[in-house]
Amino acid sequence: MNVDQQLIDQLAHLSRLSFDAETGKEMVHDLNRILSFVEKLSEVNTDGVEPLIYMVEETNVLREDVVQLEITQNEGLKNAPKKDSDYFRVPRFVDSE
Amino acid sequence: MHSNQYESVIGLEVHIQLLTKSKAYASDPATFGSHPNSNISVITLGHPGTLPKVNKRSIEFAVKLGLACGCNITRENQFARKNYFYADLPKGYQITQDKTPICTGGTIHIKTNSVDKDINITRIHLEEDAGKSMHDQDPYDSLIDLNRAGVPLLEMVSEPEMTSAEEAGAYLTEVRKLVRYLDICDGNLEEGSMRCDANISVRLKGDPNLGTKVEVKNMNSIRNVQRAIDFEIQRQIQMCETGQRIDQETRSFDAVNGSTFTLRSKEKANDYRYFPEPDICPVIVEQSYIEKIRSEMPALPNELHKRFTVDFQLSEYDAGILTENKQIALFFNALSNLTSNYKAAANWINGPVKSWLNENGLEIDSFPLKPAAIAELISLIDAGQLNFSIASQRVFPEMLKTPEVSAIDIATANNWIQANDSNELQGWIEEAIAKYPGKVDEYKAGKTGLIGLFMGEVMKISKGKADPKTSSQLLKEALDKA
Amino acid sequence: MYKSLAETRSAIESGETTIEGLTRYYLQQIADKSSLNAFLEVFQQDALNQAIAADEKRKLGNPGKLNGMVIGIKDVLCYKGHKVSSSSRILEGFESIYTATAVQRLIDEDAVIIGRLNCDEFAMGSSNENSAYGPVHHHLDPNMVPGGSSGGSAVAVAAGLCLATLGTDTGGSIRQPASLCGITGLKPTYGTVSRWGCIAYASSFDQIGPMANTVEDCAIILEVIAGPDEHDSTMIQKPSPAYSQLLKSEGPVKIAYFKQYIESEGLDTEIKAYVLQLIEKLRAAGHTVEELEFPYLDYVIPAYYVLTTAEASSNLSRFDGIHYGYRSKNATDLESTYKLSRTEGFGKEVKRRIMLGTFVLSSGYYDAYYSRAQKVRRMLRDHTNNILNSYSFILMPSTPGTTFPLGGKSSDPIQMYLEDIYTVQANLCGLPAISIPMGQHSNGFPFGVQLVGGASKDSDMLAFAARLQNDFV
Repeated sequence: MNVDQQLIDQLAHLSRLSFDAETGKEMVHDLNRILSFVEKLSEVNTDGVEPLIYMVEETNVLREDVVQLEITQNEGLKNAPKKDSDYFRVPRFVDSE
Repeated sequence: MHSNQYESVIGLEVHIQLLTKSKAYASDPATFGSHPNSNISVITLGHPGTLPKVNKRSIEFAVKLGLACGCNITRENQFARKNYFYADLPKGYQITQDKTPICTGGTIHIKTNSVDKDINITRIHLEEDAGKSMHDQDPYDSLIDLNRAGVPLLEMVSEPEMTSAEEAGAYLTEVRKLVRYLDICDGNLEEGSMRCDANISVRLKGDPNLGTKVEVKNMNSIRNVQRAIDFEIQRQIQMCETGQRIDQETRSFDAVNGSTFTLRSKEKANDYRYFPEPDICPVIVEQSYIEKIRSEMPALPNELHKRFTVDFQLSEYDAGILTENKQIALFFNALSNLTSNYKAAANWINGPVKSWLNENGLEIDSFPLKPAAIAELISLIDAGQLNFSIASQRVFPEMLKTPEVSAIDIATANNWIQANDSNELQGWIEEAIAKYPGKVDEYKAGKTGLIGLFMGEVMKISKGKADPKTSSQLLKEALDKA
Repeated sequence: MYKSLAETRSAIESGETTIEGLTRYYLQQIADKSSLNAFLEVFQQDALNQAIAADEKRKLGNPGKLNGMVIGIKDVLCYKGHKVSSSSRILEGFESIYTATAVQRLIDEDAVIIGRLNCDEFAMGSSNENSAYGPVHHHLDPNMVPGGSSGGSAVAVAAGLCLATLGTDTGGSIRQPASLCGITGLKPTYGTVSRWGCIAYASSFDQIGPMANTVEDCAIILEVIAGPDEHDSTMIQKPSPAYSQLLKSEGPVKIAYFKQYIESEGLDTEIKAYVLQLIEKLRAAGHTVEELEFPYLDYVIPAYYVLTTAEASSNLSRFDGIHYGYRSKNATDLESTYKLSRTEGFGKEVKRRIMLGTFVLSSGYYDAYYSRAQKVRRMLRDHTNNILNSYSFILMPSTPGTTFPLGGKSSDPIQMYLEDIYTVQANLCGLPAISIPMGQHSNGFPFGVQLVGGASKDSDMLAFAARLQNDFV
């Protein structure tokens, strides 16, 4: 795998990060180095092995449909970088989802 | 344009907001219409260190819908994260299902003037809603309300098997009816508790390959889904005809001018990086659980429709109207246990009852009369004591005013009972009265219990043929006049 | 100063001190040794109030299990009404509105929560140099690192700034700094301690655990914080045992060690000699200690990095400058709010891991990296569990070396990642592991030895660790 600037740009956008020329170059270098290190995994024969996803054996750990309101609007908005008395505020955008 | 050379292929994705009390993965209220940002929890806010926990009822609702559509229910359910940034998605990912949707297969039956077919369901999976953003309150800022964030949704994806706006409308009508019968969603497209995205493509008839599909969003009624589909089909055909390439993209419907416009192109499509949600253990849906849900399922529109047409011999038309609305269907079903004149029962519901509801803007839940009252009216008509026009235009309105008074009392009090074979009956009554002149005076003086004596005599003379109800009415009148 | 809860308790009972007095002492120590940069914040008033209340409870004759314990918490644990930052600028000014289950359980048993401890940003690092609030310095030499990511938690105990601390361990973040600072650090079986209120790095790896001077103190703290919690649905649902009551063990045990781990090029020769010597001592005492092949050593770090960065890339998406935390002043629209807030708010290592995690999950690479690593994880776990079916414990070094100079490894991420070579296996397999101090290197710095136990056999492991501590090192 060879990571180039274009892939870095694409990953940076997906991650909502930005890199300038210098830090971008550094990231190309670091990711290439790390990927060549983790590519060691391709040596392992994993035929017929199921991915391991869950670290405990439990299943059906569910909640009853019961309402518990534990925080207030005030508490919820408290840490917002920008807000008014009712809403979180962000720079205006157009819906695209 | 040669639009008749083309055919359109339509698949629908329906988002069904579940009527749970609490959210999909948190215990804050899932109710609609609260003060902004008040139905929240640290989980809904996506605060650091918080963990989701699955709402049992969302699983139950999914299984119900799956069973109603004849789906396979997935035994081992995994949850997955769908990663994307959005201002009303506080965690930066949506907890959904990817590789193991809770339901697969199954069908929705649709019937229009031109088709009668099953539309196959690809999958139904559990996920969570996002919050809401408002863009028209402030010139510089969008306002975020997280009340809706985390409300459980079922996403129901159909196969691309519809070919017209009419079929899409029929499909949505069926789905809406079903979720309302199941009581899992209020099915309100206008308020967004049910939402529909349409995938639309066109191709030349006979072409085995599908055309490039375009996804259309933001249609807040079945009518608008149909308008959007019609517009999109015409737009795509026109593009094909003029040799333009159709881009795979997401478009939005503009209800004001009935057109669609580009929301985002394929190039900007997100890579959602789905992966298994490590914070939620698998949910196993056992067969015994499925059977329990099955045994608790309410009657479904298709079953009722079948019962109404096959057992009750009603017309397709009547049965269709009766099953359109769950409450109406249940009212009719209750009525059908009190009368055997099903056709008359259907006419009453589809006629006077519905007109009254419409005039008053009410649902059947608020209808003042019980099914037994309608059954009484039907039996009075069947017994020849009332005719339909008197019953529907006179007695029925009075009953609605005074629901505690029976039909017969109202009809009698207002002298609306029609004489039943009145000549013969009248003869017997006159004979009976003539036999006890003294008793007539006593009766008139207030000894009304004597009516029994006269009734007995009428019965004796008529050898039991006299209709007791009618006779007693006529006898009363005759005594009063005597 | 008192080295254990038992010592502290008897001093309190003899009237030598009070919990309030002790708390004031520790507060003074923290102030005197502030250059270590171990604490990001001291909860002075709250701690004193808790101390006074704890003294009161003792006098009334109903002390909690941790009555007398002054404890610090790693800055990834939420505590209502207190700041928490994961040592990151992106949580600048953030104050938690709820309390982590582990912290609440400490409070409920009379622990005094004295402050929050510096760590690597979002628990990503092995030297505590990746903190937005500056590095933590080794208590024996300010030019050396304490290890990481729970570096502040390790130094606070080692330097006597409090009696014990909570750390978190995703790939060795409790055991590696414990080893480098000469204290005891325990990572419990995955699912033993609730993660509710622990700011996630990698959800299927993270566990909260105690760091203290003794195995006994680790056991009593684990006893308090362990056990099912309705807020964390990935926990073992069976109640956890009273670990502090199960520390006695006797008789010979069967222990395995891995040839590849001992013969690894990166292992300091002196540490290697110590481990081999310990093995001989154990054999001499009648235990069975056998050398096994473990062919997967080269794959543990790669598998660990693929999986943890994938989870982290998603877990850290919530830090976006919208609902809480840092928002860039330079942002002009929604997109730049995200990009600038995250770019300015996260440090270099965090960004590197987010990028790697985004890569391994992205379409086209998922199967080759992420899915493959999950399969390797299963192979590693199954293989390790098989060994633990025949042996009670696996013995290994905690770290390949002792502490290293500040800046010594920070230029090369891979070299830094290899610091965790002996610790990540327990996290990949969800197993309990403990590092206890083994000795002093000729360079003057301490190092630890590690025991890995069977799943949910934390109490057996703690009991044997106590024997190692008391009889062998």
